[in-house]
Amino acid sequence: MEKAIVTQGNDALASANDAKPIITMEGVSKWFGEFQVLKNINLEVATGEKLVVCGPSGSGKSTVIRCINHLESHQQGRIVVDGTELTDDARNIQTVRQEVGMVFQQFNLFPHLSVIENLMLGPVRARKLSRSEARQRAEFYLERVHIPEQADKYPGQLSGGQQQRVAIARSLCMEPRIMLFDEPTSALDPEMISEVLDVMTELAQSGMTMICVTHEMGFARRVADTMVFMDAGEIVEKAEPETFFGSPRSERCQKFLQQILGH
Amino acid sequence: MSLAPSNRVIGKAAILCVLAIALTGCSANWGWYVVSPTTTSGMNNLLFLLGGLRYTLLLSITAILISIALGLLVALPGLSQNRYLKLFNRTYVEFIRAIPILVMILWVYYGLPQLGNIQIGVFWAGVIALALSDSAFQAEIFRAGIQSIHRGQYEAAQSVSLNYVDTMRFVILPQAIKRILPALGNQLVYMLKMSSLVSVIGMQELTRRANELVVTEYRSLEIYTILVLEYLVLILIVSAGVRWLERRMRADERG
Repeated sequence: MEKAIVTQGNDALASANDAKPIITMEGVSKWFGEFQVLKNINLEVATGEKLVVCGPSGSGKSTVIRCINHLESHQQGRIVVDGTELTDDARNIQTVRQEVGMVFQQFNLFPHLSVIENLMLGPVRARKLSRSEARQRAEFYLERVHIPEQADKYPGQLSGGQQQRVAIARSLCMEPRIMLFDEPTSALDPEMISEVLDVMTELAQSGMTMICVTHEMGFARRVADTMVFMDAGEIVEKAEPETFFGSPRSERCQKFLQQILGH
Repeated sequence: MSLAPSNRVIGKAAILCVLAIALTGCSANWGWYVVSPTTTSGMNNLLFLLGGLRYTLLLSITAILISIALGLLVALPGLSQNRYLKLFNRTYVEFIRAIPILVMILWVYYGLPQLGNIQIGVFWAGVIALALSDSAFQAEIFRAGIQSIHRGQYEAAQSVSLNYVDTMRFVILPQAIKRILPALGNQLVYMLKMSSLVSVIGMQELTRRANELVVTEYRSLEIYTILVLEYLVLILIVSAGVRWLERRMRADERG
């Protein structure tokens, strides 16, 4: 299994060069009733790319990544993930979800299952692994998020930081090609944020394609290949971190960065 | 308090029994001989009454199991986005809930066989009537329980690519059942009591046997008092069992 990850890393490096996007969004729009949350979103993410999305609350940044694994459906435009277009076809959705891991702000661990069972459920039921294979894999990823000793505890017995790391391991157990993070540290006490960010940084270094919605700008500077700023359902600015933080073009982005970095 | 909870409940029941008999025994109008274990006929009568317990239990438990399964099958369409599935759920619940249990029993036992050439025994007629009646309530209980589970649980299950059946089976229902256990316990108690209505079609359960004995012995006060105590003890035991189960499930969560 160690090997699988290494290979995946190399793959990512190799195909990052030919720059074929693993995620493509073309003219994606979405409405909640009358309210338009996404306005003509165009976005390409290359294999192995790390994208950090920021913006004020209500700007649609969570909605964008929730569309990528079809937790939300879009009403206009096209979303293609790893060659599969997201339509209402349940099989396509299932295929995409196998390739896309998701980490939520509120962890969303299954409270009635132990940590190891949380990790094994997807691989056993959706990936059709045997229980012993799934257990091995779960133990491996628990090791990777540095909490192998918590395997038999229940989520309620863990700290927030530990729960979020279990959630990351749960996603990794599906061996996805893409990981989505929806404000993974926003619900954490300050002293637990870094343990989660450390795990995410290590994951980034392994070559995983990642899209993170976060306000942790230090993490963004360290890890991101591309920064995206969203406001009012639009992508306002998209640039490399250096340009993004050094000389943001739009006024809205400048103002946002001032507010978030200014304190 | 060193007594185990179930012992406490049985203790309470015993105190109530003694109290009831002592209070009533003071009056000269009582004739406990009908069910006195010291005489042969008394003993026979007592055993006859207690023998109904088997049918009451069998009837109630079979009916509640079927009604839980039916209830779940009716609840799930009610949670769907589909208008017609929702309509099915509403219609079923409103229709079944409007029929009194006694009427349902009469209809299933005397009415239904005339629909086709179907023969339904007393036991199964009772089971069907009780299960149908109760299933409407079970459906509402399940619907509320499932709706109380946070949306994040569905999303997490979907993000590890579980399909609908697996999501329900491994993620949502285990959590929902824990929450609705007190309500399910209530329904079981209710079912045990309502099973007495099946006596009208001749099912040999507790109430029917008491009725039959009263007809031959003319001691309704004593015999019905025994009947009251039978239900009381039965239901206290069931309540204690449900509470024990609740505690155990809550302990599971903490690990």
